[in-house]
Amino acid sequence: MKFGTFARFVAPSLLLMTLFIAYPLLSVLWQSFHLTQGVFETATVETCSPGFGGQVCTEEVRRIPVLNDKGVPTTKTTFVGLDVYRSVLKPESVAAAFSDTGNGLRDVLNIDFYKALRFTVTFTFITLPLVVGLGLLIALAVNSIAARVRGPVIFVTLLPFIITPVIGALSVRWLFIGDGILTVALERILNRELALFAQGWTIEILILFYRVWHVAPFAFVIFYAGLQTINQDTMEAAVVDGASRFERLRYVVIPHLMPLILFITLIHLMDTYRVFEEIIGFSSQAHVISLQWLTFNYLTPNDAGTRLISSASATSMLTMIGIIILLIPVLRRTWRDHRVGG
Amino acid sequence: MKLKSIALVTALAFASGITGAHAAECSLENDTEVKLLANSFVAWKAIADTMTNCGNFQADLDTEFREKQPAGMAADPAIYQIGGVSNSTIVPLLEGDIIRPLNDLVEKYGGTLNPGQLIKIDGNVMAVAFMVNDQHFMYRQDIFDELGLSVPTTYDEVLEVAAKIQDSGSVKYALGGTYKAGWNVAEEFVNMYLGLGGSFLDADNKPTVNTDKGAQALTMMKALTEYMDPEYLTADSTFVASQFQRGDIAMANLWSSRAGNVNDPAESTVAGKITMAAAPLAEAGGRPASSLWWDGFVFAKNMTDEQAEAAFRLALEGISERTVSENNDEAVWIANGFTPGPAAAGAIATAETGAVPYPSSTAMGLMHTALGDNITDFLTGRESAEQALKDVESAYTTAAKEAGIL
Repeated sequence: MKFGTFARFVAPSLLLMTLFIAYPLLSVLWQSFHLTQGVFETATVETCSPGFGGQVCTEEVRRIPVLNDKGVPTTKTTFVGLDVYRSVLKPESVAAAFSDTGNGLRDVLNIDFYKALRFTVTFTFITLPLVVGLGLLIALAVNSIAARVRGPVIFVTLLPFIITPVIGALSVRWLFIGDGILTVALERILNRELALFAQGWTIEILILFYRVWHVAPFAFVIFYAGLQTINQDTMEAAVVDGASRFERLRYVVIPHLMPLILFITLIHLMDTYRVFEEIIGFSSQAHVISLQWLTFNYLTPNDAGTRLISSASATSMLTMIGIIILLIPVLRRTWRDHRVGG
Repeated sequence: MKLKSIALVTALAFASGITGAHAAECSLENDTEVKLLANSFVAWKAIADTMTNCGNFQADLDTEFREKQPAGMAADPAIYQIGGVSNSTIVPLLEGDIIRPLNDLVEKYGGTLNPGQLIKIDGNVMAVAFMVNDQHFMYRQDIFDELGLSVPTTYDEVLEVAAKIQDSGSVKYALGGTYKAGWNVAEEFVNMYLGLGGSFLDADNKPTVNTDKGAQALTMMKALTEYMDPEYLTADSTFVASQFQRGDIAMANLWSSRAGNVNDPAESTVAGKITMAAAPLAEAGGRPASSLWWDGFVFAKNMTDEQAEAAFRLALEGISERTVSENNDEAVWIANGFTPGPAAAGAIATAETGAVPYPSSTAMGLMHTALGDNITDFLTGRESAEQALKDVESAYTTAAKEAGIL
């Protein structure tokens, strides 16, 4: 293809990517190094508010916005370097935790960022093999059942993936909360009281279970498609050579599916590192938080309308850096395969 | 997409929870387009329905109103002419210079208002309140009678009574509490700490919660959780009200705006058995563990004076004597037409025993968030009270520096 033609085909997509991906990204990066604050004067004024049976008046110190000539409150933006990152990562507290008087890792995990990082990373790495393994297992199972029933089975298997994540998480929560039907059933069987949402580890297990249930169908569909392209001659040759079912899986099927396994790994790492819906759906923030939730929490205005945009920008930059670090080994492997293959 | 689904689920949950609001007739012909953005609960629904009867009016009742309100009312011209606020959500509107003083409108049309309804800042009327809200004690009269218990007036007595009820086995859990991590559990701490006479911030907005009183408040909260559903950290006021309605709990310190709800025969299996009393004192000789809130109207700066006039008259129609008397038990109204009934008894008794207003300010908003994010570590047993309060102060300080308060 001529370069001119290529450029014309690619230009619209490049333009949109610059506009909707690169520009916001740069603006978040910029915001994470700056603080924007309103300019206020303080004054002591009399404030009267309603009470039962009459007004209550008190002298109060109030912040009064300084208006510019258009009558709009002024703000000032200052460059603060790495200050915001420092307030999120708290290097001094980490150093103090590992000094003689600190409690080591326990103190570190008490800092929001590291608490979220701990969960996000363990969540990512525990769900990864489960999703890949379960996806492969379902694909193999579906592949070996009679062709007549395959259609309906595939459809039913895909259902968890179609459900909106928040709705799915809420449904699982309602099944397992204090008087949810599954908890009551389990209580009957085990003959003891259960409170799955009362401690961190049970919530974490529920979140893991939910995510694997939710994404395994995605892995399944990809693997199932891959299974259809296996060279039947190789398969038959393996049978003639006396390879067992497991050996055929190990030496024929898995090597054939390897690029797809890498693809699933790549997508899964990117997705799970941004775990968020489960935290909201399970209202787990007292026990378990994730990096993406931390950003969301900074961005949510409190009653008095304040939101911490700079901290939110810093945590989202850090989340992105985390994803890139996770992806590097997988990307290198893909690149190597690609070069060998090419 | 994700956030939309969350908002939708919340909206559905609340829409289905709103029952019992009665729209009153409107005696006014409104011909100016006016829009309202307010929180979503029964009283607002009744008011908005009445205002809708006047014509050319549209209400947006949304529990996430605080996210939309500052921008929606600051637009020029304002997207929402009328806003519904409480004593804490008015703060960003005042600090953004978004709402207009109402002195002339009150003078012209406000003949029906009580002086107690006007929120005045530096002599200017900035908002018109119509109801007050606080958290107070609700208990199952039948269980208390059966066990021969008297109504506790301090939290130490609450613990004693709770132990007796738990032993009797008449309910699943003796106590309920709005201890959901985040805003709710922070509000419980605020109430208890105010009851002990604690202060959150000093004159320079530096945090002052890591004190003996702070630790005392937390210790009491933890002692109370022993008698609650172990999943108390997910319990918001809707959940606690439904625990009452299902007969799962015998007592709770709950919002007065839920008082009508728990005794509603259409929803409650124990309708009529729940009695309202004053919030217990945080300690003997202290204040009630509660804070006073109000809800009211504000009006955008960015609209024409004609629009403001129409909006103001419409709002007054919404809180007319008729609306108030037809929805008497749905709120503790301070507008004319209210006859305090048994549902309001607890709220009024709490105020009379000395509860103080919620100390709203920008700094307090940050403090509230810091509390909500950090005190749960103590309740779950991960940290000591001192460590949890230290974390609160450090989280507050970080946020306050970023917000430009410190």
